[in-house]
Amino acid sequence: MDHQPQLETMAVNPARVGNSKAIRMKSFYKKLAKNKAAMVGAFIVIVFSLLAIFAPLLAPYDPTEMQLSKKLETPSSEHWLGTDDKGRDILSRLLYGSRISLTVGILSTLLGALTGIILGVVAGYYGRWVDSLIMRICDVLLAFPGILLALAIVSVLGASTTNVIIAVAFYAIPTFARIVRGSTLTVKKLEYIDAIKAMGARDTRIIIKHILPNVLSPIIVQSTLYIASAIITASALSFLGMGTKPPTPEWGTMLAQGRSYVAQAPHITLFPGLVILLVVVGFNLFGDGLRDALDPKTKK
Amino acid sequence: MSLTKEESILEVRNLRTSFFTDEGEVKAVDGVDFSIEKGKTLGIVGESGSGKSITSLSILRLLQEPVGRIKEGEVIFKGEDLLKKSKKQMMAIRGNNISMIFQEPMTSLNPTLTCGEQIAESIRIHQKLNKKKAWEKSVEMLKLVGIPSPEKRAKQYPFELSGGMRQRVMIAISLACNPELLIADEPTTALDVTIQAQILELIKKLQEDMGTSLMIITHDLGVVAEMCDKVAVMYCGKVVEYADVKTVFTDPKHPYTIGLLNSVPKHDEDVEGDLAIITGSVPSPFNLPSGCSFAPRCPSAKEICHATLPELAETSDGDKVRCWIYTDQWEKEGEAVSRHE
Amino acid sequence: MFLYIVRRIFQTIPVMIGVTLAVFLMMHLIPGDAAKIMAGENANPEQIEQMRENLGLNEPLYQQYFSFIGNAVQGDLGNSIRTSRAVTSEIFDSRFWITVQLALVGTVLAVIFGLLAGIISATRKYSFADVSLMVIALFGLSMPNFWLGIMLIYLFSVNLGWFPVAGWGTWEHMILPAITLGTAGAAIIARMTRSSMLEVMDQDYIRTAYAKGVSDKLVIYKHGLRNALIPVVTVVGLQFGTLLGGAVITETVFAVNGLGRLVIDSIRAHDFPMVQGTILVCAVLFVVVNTMVDISYRLLNKRIDLN
Repeated sequence: MDHQPQLETMAVNPARVGNSKAIRMKSFYKKLAKNKAAMVGAFIVIVFSLLAIFAPLLAPYDPTEMQLSKKLETPSSEHWLGTDDKGRDILSRLLYGSRISLTVGILSTLLGALTGIILGVVAGYYGRWVDSLIMRICDVLLAFPGILLALAIVSVLGASTTNVIIAVAFYAIPTFARIVRGSTLTVKKLEYIDAIKAMGARDTRIIIKHILPNVLSPIIVQSTLYIASAIITASALSFLGMGTKPPTPEWGTMLAQGRSYVAQAPHITLFPGLVILLVVVGFNLFGDGLRDALDPKTKK
Repeated sequence: MSLTKEESILEVRNLRTSFFTDEGEVKAVDGVDFSIEKGKTLGIVGESGSGKSITSLSILRLLQEPVGRIKEGEVIFKGEDLLKKSKKQMMAIRGNNISMIFQEPMTSLNPTLTCGEQIAESIRIHQKLNKKKAWEKSVEMLKLVGIPSPEKRAKQYPFELSGGMRQRVMIAISLACNPELLIADEPTTALDVTIQAQILELIKKLQEDMGTSLMIITHDLGVVAEMCDKVAVMYCGKVVEYADVKTVFTDPKHPYTIGLLNSVPKHDEDVEGDLAIITGSVPSPFNLPSGCSFAPRCPSAKEICHATLPELAETSDGDKVRCWIYTDQWEKEGEAVSRHE
Repeated sequence: MFLYIVRRIFQTIPVMIGVTLAVFLMMHLIPGDAAKIMAGENANPEQIEQMRENLGLNEPLYQQYFSFIGNAVQGDLGNSIRTSRAVTSEIFDSRFWITVQLALVGTVLAVIFGLLAGIISATRKYSFADVSLMVIALFGLSMPNFWLGIMLIYLFSVNLGWFPVAGWGTWEHMILPAITLGTAGAAIIARMTRSSMLEVMDQDYIRTAYAKGVSDKLVIYKHGLRNALIPVVTVVGLQFGTLLGGAVITETVFAVNGLGRLVIDSIRAHDFPMVQGTILVCAVLFVVVNTMVDISYRLLNKRIDLN
């Protein structure tokens, strides 16, 4: 019985077909393009990016220009989305506000992801006390529940858009560090890494050529999803008066100002909130779609 | 057919099961016929992807709908077509009249329930025993399948047991309600070689003791030789040869069966030589050849093989084979043509 | 198991030390003279010096840290600059309990609705109910909760008059803040439950259960849910922390006098001992909750985990 024809091995394994990079990319695009939700998300993200870039051309009014005679106006042909308590055009403010929200969301994610990636690679690759130290730092960062870490940082640094970026970035660090560390540990254990090392490859080369490409897809997915929550956190900080300061048009600040007039003029709070919701939905949909398309586990 | 209807416990006729994927329809089971006699054992042999596991899942209607669907055919169990049964009627049959053992003992048991609970569950469902009685019965079953200190083991979770032990638990679950038919889907493939023989022996012994009919699915011809009375050889969703076990080993007819047997190393021959290998590979399920599916790999294929699918026809000695060679047509055809892709 | 619990509790020690260190350093990282900022813009040099003395800022840093820890262990987190009351009594007199209550009710709502939605979705995959629930979950997850709070106030308090606009005290006060707080959590739990459930329903042992003749309902609830809930437990624990943080915003929107509002008011008033104390208490609470969740996860999971 110890000699059996192992027929299983002769069969074609469909999962193994398409090992080359080009085919993998193609199947990734195909999967992504088929995912309607992801396409909707990408569309929303692209539209908002264009709106942000061309805000000065598109905005019908100066976003900071006050016309006190026209305050708290409901939407009309003149002011499509109405005016706020100081008579400023809400549409124009929202358009300009998209610049801040998208910039803060993307920059803080980039900053946090980059720091996290570096820490994660270092922790995973060098191990020992470096690893313990970095991981404990991450634990400490994660011990501050939700927005409190960002609040603490802003309370120390002072309220400004730049400080919001730093504060939100901080919260991203442990998430990315943990993902990257995990993958680094897995890749490091592979035999071919030992072989490359034996051939005298430098650590930096191993990390850049062999480890980073392996963690790229979870990082891309996580970044997209993190931008979504970064936008919410940043606007929450501004809403609390701990972020971008008025009169700069920022969605969270607009909400905070409109709050006192919610009974008379709910549109002042309604629109900024809807816009935040829409952008965040866009990034979330796109991020989910990326994850499904990059995840080898998901079925066709 | 040499068997009469009364003798057979299960008769599968023209079964067709397909999977509907984004890439198109996969005809996993494409017109399968066979029957199992009472108390006897049928082996279904084939490579992975030949449709043998899907056949067994189709019998119990355990396919994940709507991706997998039985398109047509009949599955006659004790004179009644299972495909015409209601969902409720099927539930009463599963685990009671027909049971199944799966390939992966490591993942086929629920990790959050004790072994005893998992055996007792089917006893309580089908025999309407109370909790205590069902538990006693499940301990008894564990003893029957040769698990030492069954009282203790019954209270343990699957992770506390080895692979072989878990497969014994699976057997205990499947035989708990004394089924008339047991379907074992590659019951030993995932186990260590030394354990494999023990498990097969156990199944065989219990089958004889309880008078159960057995359908065993395997890619291992050794298992077939040891266990089976009849064999159905499957290739690309079709039965290509259906015969008594002795005939298959002494006088195989289909070129695929011959190829399979030749690829088994023989103990008694000390000849150092290359193992016969079937050239080429299994065609893609999305793009099956129009004629005989095996034609592209077949050493004797003629023009007609590539063009038209042969029927599963009875030969002079009562065996069935799906091959042009055994038809009157064959002599009229020209020389063999190979069309390797 | 006992050993694991002990080890897990010991593991929190470095985190706790890190948290106290971080919170302690906060005050020393403030650009400029902390004493000057805290004493106020109109303070004269003596007052600033007095403030420095009171806060112990003249001592070496390590000594300040040790006395900070020493006092904190004894339940002394200094005095509020704004109210001159002890930070701990400001926190624990009522505010702490209000926030915990709010976070708990929010978590309970999130768990109930999240689980329900997740199970309904998973058992009716791709049905109308599934798609609508998942769209709602996506929106719930993407919604800024301060906006949701304001809109709830506008709809239910201002227009319909069902609930009070702001404040705390009765259960009517609690409903809107708890919904505001729990929505994102419910959405996350719903998505998690759905995907966990779908993954479990694909497992071999589910097929085994069907092959035994178990009914759909029992397969879903006895075999499926039991296994699917294990990863959800961790998410619930994390949600409690997020909700604790979210309370900052919710309390601001609904004018609830909890820890969140205390933090905001103290930051605005440059009352750093108060900020320090409140953030420390929240972090410690979160670490404790997470440790408990980890242990319970382990208890649930011990049957699966081979080690």
